[in-house]
Amino acid sequence: MGGHPHHAPPPSATEVTLPKRHPLARLVWPAAIAGVVLVAAVAFLAGGDPQRVWGGYLVAYLYFLTLSLGGLFFVLALHACRAGWGVVVRRLAEHLAATLPVFALLFVPLAFAAPHLFSWFSPEARQADHLLSLKAPYLDPGFFWARAAVYLVAWSLLGWWFRRASLAQDASGEPRATRRMQTVAAPAIVVYALTFTFAAFDWVMSLDPHWYSTIFGVYLFAGAAVGVCAVLSLAAMWLERPAGGARGPLAGLVTIEHYHDLGKLLLAFVVFWAYVAFSQFMLIWYGNIPEETLWFFHRWEHGWKPVSIALAVGHFGLPFFVLLLRVVKRRRPLLAAISVWMLVVHYLDLYWLIVPALSPESPAPRLADLVAFAGVGAVWLAAWGWLLAGRAAVPVADPRLAESLSFENA
Amino acid sequence: MRLRLPTPPWKRPDRPRPSWLVARFAGPDELLAAAAAFRDAGFTEWDAHSPFPVHGMEKAMGIRASKVPLFVLALGLAGAAGGMLLQWWTMAVDYPLVISGKPLFSWPAFVPIMFECGVLGGALGAVGGLLFEARLPRHHHPVFYAPGFARASDDGFFLSVASSDPRFEAGATARLLRRLGAGEVETVAPDGTPGYAPLEAR
Repeated sequence: MGGHPHHAPPPSATEVTLPKRHPLARLVWPAAIAGVVLVAAVAFLAGGDPQRVWGGYLVAYLYFLTLSLGGLFFVLALHACRAGWGVVVRRLAEHLAATLPVFALLFVPLAFAAPHLFSWFSPEARQADHLLSLKAPYLDPGFFWARAAVYLVAWSLLGWWFRRASLAQDASGEPRATRRMQTVAAPAIVVYALTFTFAAFDWVMSLDPHWYSTIFGVYLFAGAAVGVCAVLSLAAMWLERPAGGARGPLAGLVTIEHYHDLGKLLLAFVVFWAYVAFSQFMLIWYGNIPEETLWFFHRWEHGWKPVSIALAVGHFGLPFFVLLLRVVKRRRPLLAAISVWMLVVHYLDLYWLIVPALSPESPAPRLADLVAFAGVGAVWLAAWGWLLAGRAAVPVADPRLAESLSFENA
Repeated sequence: MRLRLPTPPWKRPDRPRPSWLVARFAGPDELLAAAAAFRDAGFTEWDAHSPFPVHGMEKAMGIRASKVPLFVLALGLAGAAGGMLLQWWTMAVDYPLVISGKPLFSWPAFVPIMFECGVLGGALGAVGGLLFEARLPRHHHPVFYAPGFARASDDGFFLSVASSDPRFEAGATARLLRRLGAGEVETVAPDGTPGYAPLEAR
């Protein structure tokens, strides 16, 4: 078919390699050290009020974990759909997913803090409560740690494997590697969905062990999908720009057409998030059963009401209408602004999910929340930068790269 | 009340009915290039016809962004508001009914219906807006009578231009089309017969 725009032949691996003197690469070790120090500071701050402080760490941990899991979702979804348009930004998501092993390390403090965080952890609490005694086989510390290990190992293997297979294809130029990744992606989605759902149950829902919602894992996933669209847009914009005395590795490769599609996905997942959130709320509101409504009650009383309203407006009402506009998706500064906004409200979302269970009497943030966010965030950024540095930022041998480079929204 | 659609230029009573030049091109690339040339030459009353959507044709023809999304937004919002209003009026005003001890106007229960009405409004807005913008349905057009024009739904790529176009000059425009690579260039009078008719008053 005619009318394809003219474009240069696919770039060579050296042209798109993130130079070691790029700020992101130079940031790696300072960020890693700062991150470790700040995470240690959280442990130090936890002395006074361990439950609330580790709650702040859990928010920060899940914030960056969901962004990386969103990256894994992006990779799996693109392969499973044999999508051509997004090949040029897929490598960023592959690196993002390959940061997942770091979250196994960052889980260690949580594994130790679990008895402070989860009221069901003590055997007495489980025996004293009839409902908890019935849930005891699942809400068992040993089983909890074992499940966590399964999730973290599964995610780490998937994240690492897809990045390794894709980097190996850069060197071999073998189109069959794409077919192999597509074959693995479909069953991997099943593993992803199950581990994500149960991790959401274990690490967030069980903070309030009487309460349950079967859609809860999907709710958390919707936030992760929103987050990754925002992160990929911002990361691609950053790597387009010249920095550290060299041209950006993605300069001239990621076009406004790719941002337009990322913006469309962002809008879709903003709507999906609202759909899931409202479905969860409406069934509980309608059923009006005390042990279910209490969860929303904690998020409506004692100063939490403005937070709930801000979340509904900030995570859906406002971005929905902003992202409907074509111009927002097709202008880099506007898409960057709404992406930053979504990343802010993604934090609010997790804060709203976790903190009311630990501190129903006040929504006030603590210094430790900020320390934990900066600490986990610095480790996450360091890991991502380390994975990206010195490697091609685009899968140069992917057979669909040419299609992606010349992609245009009809 | 009758909805008045904007009248296309060749149908306006103060404008005569034009004849049409219909040129056939070998393929989509040739049609695309011809369309870009016509756009640059400043023609306004012309169209391109192809068996499938040609990538980049909107740009080559210089077509503005479609107004259909505005119809979708307006009717979608109207549908959502109408859905909520209907439920408020039936459930809280016209036939108040207490259900499971909840307030008469229990808006969370009405949101799914509101959402569906919004989707319905948006869908009707998309279809109606498209018909309105494309001035459809239209059952007849003189270019349909150009010999071989039925191939436009098979393997033919055509460009048609009206003699009422301010830039139109019978000989020069046909020569321009040939220079752009047109194979056959046919002329169709307003009544569908071959050849030119002088611009006739309606």
